[in-house]
Amino acid sequence: MFNISIISRILRSRVSYFVQSASLSKVPGKPTWEPIDHNKLPQVPEIDLQLIEQLERISLVELNNEEGVRRLQAAVKSASLLHLINTDGVEPLDSVLEDRELWLREDKVTEGNCLKEILSNASRVEEDYFVAPPGNIPLKKRDKDHLSKVLNKQSQSKGLG
Amino acid sequence: MKSLTLKEALTQLRKGSLTAQEVCHNCLQKLKYTRNLNIYVTEVQQDSILNAAESSAQAYRQGSAKLLQGIPIAFKDNFCTKGISTTCGSKMLLNYKPPYNATMVSKCMSEGAIIMGKTNLDEFGMGSGSLDSCIGPVINPWNLVVSNQTSVPDSVSSELNGEQGLSPREQCKVEDTDWYICGGSSGGSAAAVAAGTCLGSFGSDTGGSTRNPASYCGVVGLKPTYGLLSRHGLIPLVNSMDVPGILARTVEDCTIILNAAAGHDVSDSTTVTESYVPFTVREDIDLSKLHIGIPKEFHAPGMSEEVLSLWKETADCLEREGAKVSQVSLPHAQQCIICYHVLCCCEVASNFSRYDGIEFGLRCGSEESTEELYAESRHKGFNDVVRGRILAGNYFLLKRNYEKYFLKAQRVRRLISNDFKNAFSSGIDLLLTPTTLTEAPLVSWFTKADNRTRCEEQDIFTTPANMAGVPALSLPLKLSSNGLPLSLQLIGPHFSESMMLSVGHWLEDRAAFPHLNLHLLESDTGELTSRSLWTL
Repeated sequence: MFNISIISRILRSRVSYFVQSASLSKVPGKPTWEPIDHNKLPQVPEIDLQLIEQLERISLVELNNEEGVRRLQAAVKSASLLHLINTDGVEPLDSVLEDRELWLREDKVTEGNCLKEILSNASRVEEDYFVAPPGNIPLKKRDKDHLSKVLNKQSQSKGLG
Repeated sequence: MKSLTLKEALTQLRKGSLTAQEVCHNCLQKLKYTRNLNIYVTEVQQDSILNAAESSAQAYRQGSAKLLQGIPIAFKDNFCTKGISTTCGSKMLLNYKPPYNATMVSKCMSEGAIIMGKTNLDEFGMGSGSLDSCIGPVINPWNLVVSNQTSVPDSVSSELNGEQGLSPREQCKVEDTDWYICGGSSGGSAAAVAAGTCLGSFGSDTGGSTRNPASYCGVVGLKPTYGLLSRHGLIPLVNSMDVPGILARTVEDCTIILNAAAGHDVSDSTTVTESYVPFTVREDIDLSKLHIGIPKEFHAPGMSEEVLSLWKETADCLEREGAKVSQVSLPHAQQCIICYHVLCCCEVASNFSRYDGIEFGLRCGSEESTEELYAESRHKGFNDVVRGRILAGNYFLLKRNYEKYFLKAQRVRRLISNDFKNAFSSGIDLLLTPTTLTEAPLVSWFTKADNRTRCEEQDIFTTPANMAGVPALSLPLKLSSNGLPLSLQLIGPHFSESMMLSVGHWLEDRAAFPHLNLHLLESDTGELTSRSLWTL
């Protein structure tokens, strides 16, 4: 049966295929990453209740627990490392195809008569329409007590700071 | 029957020494016996697979066989398949059956390929472990052969025990066991090939999602040049970086699939219009004309000794065989993952506004107002990781942060892209780097940190190619002392697939990587029995 001894036999047979050469390898022997000077980083802005409500309103998803708030803080903190890079005079890169002309088709109808297919994935339809509840009603205010620990700790530390 | 490569299968099918039914039967058998690895989200019904095999067999008899005739392939479950549910591993799309095929799907089908099913992934492709899918994690098939310290959990797939009458020798729960992960987010597609359930598969690659699992599962993973393969019907994550990825056992197999899939698509304006010229990998490459760059920034902290020594051995071997090998610098590689993270979140925040539960997808919650319905459907439909990226993206896109984070990241992206341009214009043909820091990690270790942290570690060597849109290839070359695959990555200039794959083929040939061959588990009668699977 296939077992560890077969594996080790395979291993032994393969170990020598690239024989180490004595010459100095071009692969660096030690990690080359520069240490990050955290003192140079801008302060990570505080995430307060107002910001959370704003983000939830535009995202239409909730930060449902303290872990979510911490995760957002960590994401922002990590992103702030970008500020260590000098980008003076560098234009933003939107697409790697920026120096090409993208193909545009003629503005003609090429498909159609697919009403049934289009509606087939909707949970609710009426006659030939998608059904949505009334619009322009602001989202109800959500109770944020469950985030109080993270948010209070912040305002406390702010008070101390 | 031994697991064949795609090329071997095509050769035998053309000769008539093998039938399409036999090929499919072999893959189906492996698919059934690896169901507990949770590789597939949806399997195509066996009857339709066998019918397609019958038609392919007929095509061979009539001499009308096409490029991929009778070849079983699998698609990551973020490629739309007409009438076959396409979930992205998310509750949001569990009820979604696309009314159309992605271009990659229709091209493969029109070349005669047979679709085995839709493979498991991190929800919407957001992850690097294939653990964050709403139907549970994918288990690396190498767990079946490598070690007696790990065991394969059975509880991730509940149908298995009942339907096939298989009973693993121990009833164990996921949390009680430890096993090697398969990487992600296209973990199912990589595992599907490694286990022999198909002869090639499609993943997607936004920041390494094809190459990372290819590396951990010991298969070849190709991320083509941005614009070479159509994204039409590939459910978008980050439009400016997403590409369909190809996974197969060998470089030649990848090339065959690439030839069938590449080219301009009227449905995707970001595919380039030059006509694609199919190629075969060259057997006679002249290494003395090759200049390989070793980007020094790719020796990152945390790299395992075994990966480092494979990298050195391979670079030294190329040099010894006549190639010019030089150390080069991609000065912004270290910050790439941070830049990727910001751009990814921003595009996700924008892209994911389409999921509102009205036209398709999960609809649940209060019908009092559109806003309430949207919010509740999205909250229940997305996992923490997806919600976290949407919220972070909207933070970076706030008016007061737009310049500071989003445009800043786009500027850094240009610097990263310029690093590659500079390297390639200085005469470097290809860059040689590791794909990942280590062999496949254990799930117990991987789950000690959250998804974002893991992606920031796991994708450091793979995201740069996505930033610059250049092609990259992950190649399994050796087994680690734990018996797991170790892989390296080649990165080339835009549209250098032909050269990159030829050099990849040379390395592969040299290394003679011992592929996972589950046929070794077959008993003397040629049947893969549950017993042989569980008494390794």
